[in-house]
Amino acid sequence: MLRKFVSLLPLIAALALVGCASEEGGIQSQKMATIKSRGKLICGVDGKLPGFSFVGPDGNYSGLDVDVCRATAAAVLGDPNKVDYRDLNSSERFAALASGEVDLLSRNTTYTLSRDAAGGNSLNFAPTVFYDGQGLMAPNASGVKSLKDLSGKPICVESGTTTELNLADRMREIKATYTPLKFQTGDQTYAAYLGGRCVAVTSDRSQLAAKRTGFPDPAAHSLLPDVLSKEPLSPATVNADPAWSDAVRWTVFALMQAEELGITKANVDAKVAEARANANLADLRRFLGVEGDFGKQLSMPADFVVQAVKAAGNYGEIFERNVGSGSKLKLDRGYNRQWKDGGLIYSPPFR
Amino acid sequence: MVLLPPSAGGVTPWWRNRRLIPWLVQAAVGLVVLVLIAFLVGNLVANLSAAGLLLSWGWIDNPSGFDIAETLLPFDASLPYWRALLAGLVNTLRVVLAGLIGATVLGTLVGTASFSSNGLLRGLARVYVEVIRNIPLLLQLIFWYFVVFLALPDGIDAIQLPGLVLAKSGLFLGNPELVNGVWQAPLRFTVEFGALLTGLVVYTGAFIAEVVRGGIASVPRGQWEAASSLGFAPLLTLSRIVLPQALRVIVPGLNSQYISLAKNSSLAVACGFTDLYSVSETTLNQTGRAVEVMLILLGSYLVIDLVISALMNGLNGLVQLRER
Repeated sequence: MLRKFVSLLPLIAALALVGCASEEGGIQSQKMATIKSRGKLICGVDGKLPGFSFVGPDGNYSGLDVDVCRATAAAVLGDPNKVDYRDLNSSERFAALASGEVDLLSRNTTYTLSRDAAGGNSLNFAPTVFYDGQGLMAPNASGVKSLKDLSGKPICVESGTTTELNLADRMREIKATYTPLKFQTGDQTYAAYLGGRCVAVTSDRSQLAAKRTGFPDPAAHSLLPDVLSKEPLSPATVNADPAWSDAVRWTVFALMQAEELGITKANVDAKVAEARANANLADLRRFLGVEGDFGKQLSMPADFVVQAVKAAGNYGEIFERNVGSGSKLKLDRGYNRQWKDGGLIYSPPFR
Repeated sequence: MVLLPPSAGGVTPWWRNRRLIPWLVQAAVGLVVLVLIAFLVGNLVANLSAAGLLLSWGWIDNPSGFDIAETLLPFDASLPYWRALLAGLVNTLRVVLAGLIGATVLGTLVGTASFSSNGLLRGLARVYVEVIRNIPLLLQLIFWYFVVFLALPDGIDAIQLPGLVLAKSGLFLGNPELVNGVWQAPLRFTVEFGALLTGLVVYTGAFIAEVVRGGIASVPRGQWEAASSLGFAPLLTLSRIVLPQALRVIVPGLNSQYISLAKNSSLAVACGFTDLYSVSETTLNQTGRAVEVMLILLGSYLVIDLVISALMNGLNGLVQLRER
C-alpha cells in the first residue's frame, strides 16, 4: 500500500504543478503575445459551410468567416496566410475558445446575451459581420408552405445552436407540436434531411442557402417565407483578454470603415501614397496609420488597417466575393449594406 | 488502541516498535495525500473563480427552452433543465436495458452456434464475430441509421403488417393509422432509437458471443462425452450440463461487455437519438456551465456502470462452484 502511494507521489506533484501554470495570467494581452511568439493565429471555423468557411478543391479555406481570420492574421502578424484553421462543430466551439485551443472563433456564431455575459458563456463579441435570420427549408414536393404546415412533423436541427431554442419558442407560440431531430454536426443534419427523415430543416437563412448549393438538386428545395429570429453572426473571443478582443474588434471595424472610405484591396497602396503626400487628409492618414498611434494603442503594427485590407479587401468586397454576387450563393446585401445605404454596417470613428 | 508497546521490561524504544511504526508511516502518507488533495481542490476553486466559473447549481431550475423528440416522461420546453437531463437519462436507461437483453440473447445464440455440428452455422457465426467486432461502433451506427433505416419507405408506401407498421419515421405497434401523411399509433419507436439499439446489440453481441464461446470451451470435453453416454440429447447436454458450468467463466466476461454497452450508448448523437449525452450537450451550450454539466454526466455514467457491475458481481456469486 505504502509503495503504491509513494510511486504515485511524483504524478500527484506533477498534476499540482500543471494546475499552477494556469494561474499565471498576464494583465496585458497574454493572447497577443502568444500569437506573436507562435507566429500563427489559430482560428476556429465551421469548415463545411460554402460562402462562410469551406475547403476548396485546392485545399485552401475560403469564405467570409475565413476572410475575417485572414484579415486579423494580416493585421497582427503582417501575413494573411499565417493562420491555422480548426474545424469546430456547433457544440464544441465555445469550449474550444474558452480553453484557449483557438484564439478567435469566426464561425457564424450568433451574438446573444447568454453567450456574452460573464455568468453565461463569457465570450466577447466582435462587430457583427453578417446580419441573418433563422429560416426553414423544405422540399418543394412536400407541399409545406409555412411554419404552420409543419405541425406534427419532424424537423431537423443542429444541437447546441440558438436555432434549436428559437424553433421551440416559435412552435410554442403557434401551439404546434413537432419532433425536433437533433444532430451534432451540420453534415449529419443535412444528410438526415436529404434522407427524408424530416420534412424541413432549420438554420440561419444564409446557411440554408449555402448548404443548398451542395445538394444534388438545389432547385428542388425552397426557403419558407417565415423568419424565426434575429441572428447577428459575429466573431468572438474570450472575455478574459480585453486587449486581444479590442484588436479583433477594430480589425473588423477597419474592414467596414475601409468600404465606407472607398478603400479597396486594389487601391489601398495608392491611398497610402496619397495620404503620405497630402498632410491635409488627416482622417485618411490616421486610418491608414501614416500618422498617430492607433496601432500602438492596440498593440498592433501601425499599418494594421492596410495589412487587413490588402489581405481580404474591404467588407463590401469580402461580402460580394464570398456570399454575394460574386459567389454561388448570390445573397442580397440586405441588412448588410453600409449604414449610408440604409444597412446596419456601421463602424465607429477611427479617432 | 494498542499503539503502545507492552511494557515488558520497557526496553523497546517506540521507534523500533513493530506495531507503531507502520501506523505512523501510514498516517504520514495519509496526511501528505490529504494536503495534496486540499491543495489541488483549492487550486481548482481558485482558478475556476478567477475565470468566473465557480460551481453553481442555480441554473438547473431554469426553464430549458428546448424540446426533446421522444421521452417516456412528459417534457416540454417550459420545464427546467433538470427535467430535461432526467428525460435524457431515462432515454439512456431505456436503450441500455433493451440493448443488454438483445445483446445477451444474440451473443448467446451466436456463441453456442460456433459449437454447432452444422458447418454453415459455425462459419456464419465466425464471420459475424470477425466482421462486426473489427469495425468501429461509430461507423456501424452511422451505417445503420443513414444507410439502412433512412432507406425505409415512408407514408403510404411504408411496410405494413397486421398491427404493425415500419416506416422511415419509426416502428408503430397496435393498429397504426395514417393521419395527414404521418403514421400514428399507441406504441411507437423512432428509427433513431431503432438504429442505436440495433447498432449496440449487433456490436456488443459479437463480443458476448466470444465470451460465451470461451465459457463453453472451458468445460472439459469429458463432460459432453459423459452426458451423451448417459443418454442426454445434445440440447439437453448444453442447457443442463455445459452452460451451468460455463457460466462461471462467462459471467465475469459479460460484466465488462455490459459496462461497455452502457458507455457506448453515449454515441447516440451519431444517429440523432436524444440520450443523456445529447441533452447534456445542449444544456452545456445554452448555460455555459461546462464543469457542472460534465460532473452530472460523469456521475450518471459512473453510477449506471457501478450498478451493472454490482448486479453482475452478485450473479457471479450465485453461479460460482460451491464446494462443500
